[in-house]
This record gives sequence, C-alpha cells and structure tokens, in this order.
Amino acid sequence: MEKSALAKVKSVIAYAFRGFDPHLGFIFLGLAGISFIVFLSAGQGTPVAIIDQLRNLLIAFVIMWIVSQIPPKWLEMAAIWIYGIGIALLIAVAIFGLIKKGARRWINVGIVIQPSEIMKIAVPLMLAWYFQKREGIRSAFDYLVAGLLLALPVLLIARQPDLGTALLVLAAGLYVIILAGLPWRWIVPIVAIGGVAILLLIIFSSGICAPDVTWPLIREYQKNRVCTLLDPTSDPLGRGFHTIQAIIAVGSGGFFGKGWREGTQSHLEFIPEKHTDFVFAVFAEEFGFLGNLVLILLFFALIKRGLTISMGAPTLFTRLLGGAISLIFFTYAFVNIGMVTGLLPVVGVPLPLLSYGGTALVTLGFGAGILMSIHRHRRLVQS
Amino acid sequence: MPSLKKLDLYSYHERVRIAILFVSICFGLLVVRLFWLQVISHNKYATLAESNRIAIVPVPANRGLLIDRNGIVIGRNYSALTLEIDASQIKGNPDLLIDQLAEIIHIGPRDRRNFKRALEDSRNMGTFPLRSMLTETEMARFLANRYRFPGVDVSARNFREYPYNELASHLIGYIGRVSAKDKEQMQNELESTRGSEDPYALQRAFLPGIQYVGKIGIEQSYEKVLRGVPGYDEVEITAGGKPVRTLSSKPSVPGKNVILSIDIKLQALVEELYGKRRGAFVAIEPETGDILAFVSKPNFNPNDFVEGIDATTWKELIESKEKPLYNRPLKGIYPPASTYKPFMALAALERNKRSPEDAIADPGFFTFGNHTFRDDKIGGHGTVNMEKSIVESCDTYYYLLARDMGVNMMHDFMKPLGFGQITGIDLDGEVRGVLPSTEWKKSAFKKPEQQKWFEGETISLGIGQGYNAFTILQLAHGLANVLNYGVVMKPHLAKAIEDPFTRQKELTTPKESYRIDLKPENIEIIKKAMVEVNRSGTSASSFRNAGFIAGGKTGTAQVFSLNSKIYNHATTPEFLRDHALYVAYAPNDKPKIAIALIVENSGFGAQHAAPIARKALDYYIDGKWPKEIPEWKRVP
Repeated sequence: MEKSALAKVKSVIAYAFRGFDPHLGFIFLGLAGISFIVFLSAGQGTPVAIIDQLRNLLIAFVIMWIVSQIPPKWLEMAAIWIYGIGIALLIAVAIFGLIKKGARRWINVGIVIQPSEIMKIAVPLMLAWYFQKREGIRSAFDYLVAGLLLALPVLLIARQPDLGTALLVLAAGLYVIILAGLPWRWIVPIVAIGGVAILLLIIFSSGICAPDVTWPLIREYQKNRVCTLLDPTSDPLGRGFHTIQAIIAVGSGGFFGKGWREGTQSHLEFIPEKHTDFVFAVFAEEFGFLGNLVLILLFFALIKRGLTISMGAPTLFTRLLGGAISLIFFTYAFVNIGMVTGLLPVVGVPLPLLSYGGTALVTLGFGAGILMSIHRHRRLVQS
Repeated sequence: MPSLKKLDLYSYHERVRIAILFVSICFGLLVVRLFWLQVISHNKYATLAESNRIAIVPVPANRGLLIDRNGIVIGRNYSALTLEIDASQIKGNPDLLIDQLAEIIHIGPRDRRNFKRALEDSRNMGTFPLRSMLTETEMARFLANRYRFPGVDVSARNFREYPYNELASHLIGYIGRVSAKDKEQMQNELESTRGSEDPYALQRAFLPGIQYVGKIGIEQSYEKVLRGVPGYDEVEITAGGKPVRTLSSKPSVPGKNVILSIDIKLQALVEELYGKRRGAFVAIEPETGDILAFVSKPNFNPNDFVEGIDATTWKELIESKEKPLYNRPLKGIYPPASTYKPFMALAALERNKRSPEDAIADPGFFTFGNHTFRDDKIGGHGTVNMEKSIVESCDTYYYLLARDMGVNMMHDFMKPLGFGQITGIDLDGEVRGVLPSTEWKKSAFKKPEQQKWFEGETISLGIGQGYNAFTILQLAHGLANVLNYGVVMKPHLAKAIEDPFTRQKELTTPKESYRIDLKPENIEIIKKAMVEVNRSGTSASSFRNAGFIAGGKTGTAQVFSLNSKIYNHATTPEFLRDHALYVAYAPNDKPKIAIALIVENSGFGAQHAAPIARKALDYYIDGKWPKEIPEWKRVP
C-alpha cells in the first residue's frame, strides 16, 4: 500500500511537471539560488525581508507553472484581448492616471497597477498573433501594420514619461518583427544609422552636454542620464554618483570577489538601490569576476535554451513568441549589467530573478511559463 | 504552400542563429568590460573603495595654556555644550534651518553671522558651531526636538578663553579661525617638515585639525608651541558619512603651556592706574630681561576675536581716535624727552666729555647760530653740574653736551643700549624708531638738501627731542641695560615652556646678547643722581615716604613744535598736548625692576607719569596695593 501511495505521489508530480523542460527548470533554480544568496547580503539594511524575496520567487515559480499548463493556442486566442486591454489601460493612464515622481504611469483599478508592464508581454503576443494570422500571405504592408501595433504602446509609454519601459517594449516588438523575417535591407541601414548616432554622441558629448543645451524631444532628466553615462565624473556627487559607485563596487571585487556579505561598497550604502536595480553591483563586488562569469553563463544558457525551444515550436505564433521572450530575457540581463558597469545609461531595468521586485518577477515568470508551455506542446501538436 | 512554410521555418532558424550570435557578442562585451574593471583595473577600484569607506576624522589638539610668572592662568580653554550643524547635511537655505532652531534655542544675530561666515569659508564641508554655552535646559529642549533636525547635534567643544578679558590684551593677543592665508602657510610648513609620520593621514588630518591659530601677540609668536599636533581617527563611514566604527586612531598631542615673565597682578594694577588715559608702560627685570608688565592703553577684549569679531565692535575699535588696537609699547614711537638725560650724562662720562664736577652757568637758554633753545625754568638753574642737571632736569646742560658730543658720537653710544634698534622681543611687528646720525639722515631723506645734517639739529637731541623717536620698550630696555652694567639681555615675554602632563619646564630665557663696556663707577654716578630726582628733584613729591630707594627721571615730550611760544596745556587740543614720560627703577642697590612709561597728551611727566611708577613699585617691591584701586581677584 505504502509503495503504491508513493508511486501515486510520484505520478502526480510527474503529471504536474509533464513536459516541464528540465534544462530551463534547472537554470531557473540556479538563478533563484543565486538570487537567494545575494539577497541575504544585498537585502541587509533595506526594509525588505528575506521572506518577501522568497515569496516573490515562489509566486514567479507558481505563475510559471500555471502558464506552462496553458496551451499556446489559448494564448493565441487571448493575444488580441490582452493587447486591447493593455492599450485601453494605457489610454486610461494618459487621461486619469496617478502621478508619482513627475510621471503618469499608474492607474487604480481596485489595485494600483502599471499597465506598461503588461505591454512587455502583450506586445510580442499581439505581433506574433498578427504574423501568424498573415502567415503565407505576408507582404511589406504587414510590417507596416506590425510597426503601427508596436508604435502605439511605445509612444503612449514614452510620453508618461517612461523611456526605459518604452525602449524595452520597443525591443520586445522589434524582436518579433525581425524574427518574423523583416528583410535585412531594411534592418542594416537602421542599425547603421543608430550606430553612427551613438558614435557622434560620444564624440560631441562635451558640447551637447553643456547645461544650457536642450535636446529636441528629450526631457532634461533623460539628457542628464545620457550625459552622465558619457562622463560620470562630470557630476560625481549628483547624477554620476550611482554609476561611479557601482563601477567602484564592481572593480574592487576583483577576480575572486570580497566574499559573501563582505562588500564594503554595498554594506556602507555606497550602492543605491542595492537590492533592486543595482543588485548586480553587490553580486560583482562579493563574488568577483569568477561569479560574474557563472552568472552570465547561466543567463546565456537560459536564452540559448529559450531560443532552442522556439526553434522546435510547431507554429509561427509560438516560434515568434518563444524567440521574443528569450530575447526579452537577454535584453533585461544585458541592459541591467551594462548599466551597472557603466556601458549603458541608467534606466530602471531589473536583473531577471536577482532584483527584488514583484512586478518584474511576475512578468518573468509569465514569460518562462510561456516557454515551458511551448516546449510542452511541441510534440503534442506535431504528432 | 508547404514549401513556403519550410522556407519560412528555415528563415526563422537562420535568424535565431544570428540572434544567438548577437547575444554572444553582447555578453562577450559584458565579460570584456567586467574583465577590464575587475581584473585589469582592480587595484585602482580597490583603492577607491578603500578611500570611500575610510574617513580621516581630525582630532584637534588642546591648545597650551598661557600662565603668568606666578602661575596665574591668563589664557585657557573651556569645554562648552555647543549646538553644531553638519554643513553637508544642510538642505536648502541655512537661514531657514536656523530660524527653526531659533524657535527652541536663543540664537543671536552674531551667532548667525559667525556661523554663516564659517560656512562660506568652508565651502559647506565640516561641522560648525552655531551657539555655544548651552544651558542644561536649552540642551534638553533641543534633544526633545532633535528628530526634526538631521545633521544638528549638541557636543562639547573646546573654546579659547581669556578670563581677564581686556587685561594684557596686547601682549596675549588672540586666536582666530584659520584663514586661507594661514592654511597656505601651514601647508608650506608641513611640506618642509615632513618626517616619519604617515604623510597621507597627516596631510588629511593636520590641516583640518587646526581650526584656530594665533593671530597676534603671544598667541601668534608661540603658535607652534601652543598648537600641539592634531591626531586623527580612521573611521569607517557610510556613503552618507555616518560613522560605523573606528578602525584606528592616533591621539592628538596637546600644545605646551607658555609661562610668561609677566606679573599679571602688576599688569592689572598698572592698567587700572591708567584708567581711561592712553599710554604705554613697560617693566623689565634688568638681570634677566624678563618683561614684568607690558601695558598698552586703551586695550580691547581678545575674547571678541576668537569666533570672529562682529562688525559693530570691529567698527568701534577701528574707528576710535584712541586706537585701542594699536600696540603702543611695541609700535608707538615717541621722543624720550628728559628721560633721555641720564643716558646722555652716562655718555658724557664714558666718552670723557664731562666729569661729574664740570659745571655750567645756566642763563635759562642756549643760543646756537641764530636759534635760541629754551629751558623750562625762566632765568635758568644757576650753576649746574651733572647731578643737578639730572635732578632738576636742566636743558641747557644737555644742549651744550649735545653740541660738544655731536650727533654721531651720541648715536654710537646709544645704539648698543638699544635705542632705535629692534630689541628682539618675542612679539611680532616691533617698530624700530629713529636714533639719528648723519648716516641715518642720508638714507632717510630723498632730496640732497635734506640729507645734510645741520649742526642745529644736534642740540635738541641732547634733551631727547629732535629726530629721536623710540618705543617705550626701547626706553625700558635701555634703562635695564644700564642697570645691568652693560650686560644686554634680550627682553622677552615667555619665560618657559611647560609640558602639560609632566609639568616639566623648559626655560626659553635667552642668554646675554652682548656686553657694553661701561664703567660701574660711572653707572653709580647716574644712579645716585636718579635717586636724588625722587628724593629732592622733579618727582620728589611722588616718592615721598617710599619704603625703598628708587631712581627715576621725568620727561615731558612736545607733540608739536611750539616755535618759541609758551605752551599752555589748557588751550591746546587734547591730541596735541604734551606726553608725560617717566623712567624708574628700584631698589637702588640691586634693581629688580626697570620701568619706562608714557601717558599720552597728559602734560608734565612728574605730575602724570611718576605717580603710576610709584604705585607700581610699591606693589612690586613692597607688595602694597593702592587703596583707591579695588583689590584684584583671580578668576577661578
């Protein structure tokens, strides 16, 4: 009897996790483990308790599991609704959203939510749905439609203003469009122009960063962020403080790191937002170059696995969605680490799984769940 | 259709491969960046992180005390509860913060001004006192409200205090907040004396640790002794500057005490005797060169200067006609007038120009060329020998003597006695004055016709007028040199340096500077005449019933030339009236004290200056305190 009970439990677990991708699962567990260890250090001196981080990780895991149970077909059907609701909420925010710190980003729908977060998943869902709809009859016109579907939420978010989220949504949409087959002859010039623009920005930074120069379309604080990136020492106690102190933390970590909970920069409050956006600085200071290699390899494995899953997906919708979600993970990790190490301007992008914060974890759990679901329903549909 | 789907799939796979390549490149970029930061530039950032976390907090050294020759403390430190504001934590207008604080603690306009000035000077780094001497009630009231004022705290701070206020202000001087110029000077000093100390910590602690320096007086000239060496704490701090723990500390070395040669009670008595009158008074112990009293009247309150003087008081001091900030004994130059006669007589004996018995018949004037030099006494003093010339202060005797000696012989005799010379006293800003000679006139004037010495100019030099211009310090020093039989001791205010812990004293008294070849018997002749001045001469009334034998000589210096008119004290404007001078010493057989003094624009020396000397000597020799002066009390 006992044996059969055990077997029963085993079979229930097996049923629950059927089609659960073990690669993805272990990578997630690895990152969650690192997250837990880092939080024990980075969370010190913050009002956040370790139990909160554990709870968030658990919620993310549960969401991942739930979403992984949803057949991709349902997502495909829901895509247009999710997108529609997201757009409606964004418009509502623009009209009667809540203003905090000079930005209109939130809305009260019983609870206060930030609709732009929804768009991070809603936009790739919608675009993947659209390309699926137009499969086989696609023309140049479809890219224009896709571009408009993308531009609408991006502009709505950008004028909140929330340039960071707008760029992330833009990136998510562009991944779908590019993976869908946007001709190279269109991609190459855009990338080239962007590259040249950045190069010019760096060369003429001293001139255009003068205090009395205003940039068209860009707000003062956004200009400051870019200028601070170009030369953090120009304002060491003000805007550049975060960047300089984060770089010092990372650099002083050395090859092996200062040891867990031994980071002076982190524990003496030199790192701003040390448990959220700048958690990588804490990790890098305490675990050094070696720890960073492990972390980056884990992220790479996560993205690689996600892309591999998308390659095996049965429909164009699932392929595009899986590919875009994988690349969203990449964007988060790259932009966050790039920002902490002074390669990119300071934008509020969390490091997937390591940064404390409920919303981002939900979004990430949702994305990971979709990847799981795609993986799980691969054979079922194909056979 | 299926072929198209396949093609689509192929195209997707191709794009994913490119995406993986893109991801690899981007992550590679991160790895390169991290390698650059963490491996190649690690040392640089490790150093930055270290200096980030460690703050050098200077620990100011206790300043040495100023103590008089009898152990009375005249410059000290006190610890007071002080409301301090950390400048780096002031957000917005400091006035608003002060307004809020003023609601619970009284903050005067002067506190506010001083604080704001300190704030400006510091460029908003550091902690500055806003109000000191908080009472217990005030402190309690603040502590109850402390949560409202981040960066404001109460702490015990050391302050400099001169317990007797105006007393001896010119010789004590005062300390004040370090100025940019002081800083620069100390920086140079530091660079030239860099020794075994950890230069990094010293550099960061030394200058910030010194917040006050002596600006004038003894406080200035013994700055390095009094100052001590600031220590420092190496403190681990947070980004907000909050200390976490002390990693190491180097205690400060307190400054040494300076023991002065001054008898502060004598000083106090003389200052009281002057009252509202202006003048200078210097008393020297001939054998040692110890300055026993060094009075400059009027004086000022050095306590006003420590935390920065307020504009009103400053304006009053600087605009006063009485010039209270002017150090008269050190910088004021006056003709010595008749007090010069004993020195002239000694010169005559030493240079064999007169014997004591050589006498003149005094008609009351002396005509040289077409100019008549008058004596005070109409009709003259009759037959005058050397002693009588001093006792009755006969001018004609000295007109003739000056003529016979000539300017350069007088100059050569007076120079080693210190007239018109820097005495080398341990105060900054000493003025040289003028001891005329033909050489001097050549260098002092520009036009050739003025550079020539006229014989007529020699005559009035004999009675201490003419170009003669000396400080009261020089006059006292000259007298002390004669009384010390030509052994010249450099006058000094500091006697010893005392270690505050071991109480070990290290004498700073200089050894004799040089000796002048003077015959003791000649000096005795002069002394005998000076004693007679107080017995039967010009100042006899002042020295009636003295308990000791004192020598003296009166003098009355013209402030402007009368051009042969008769001087009328009452009709002359105050600042043009004659100065009263006096030199004295006692006791006669072994002088313990030599005095020179001037009472500006007061009239006759015998009438206005001699009584001050008499009372000072009564106290110094016999310990007698005049009845009319309130008993002087030590401040606890």
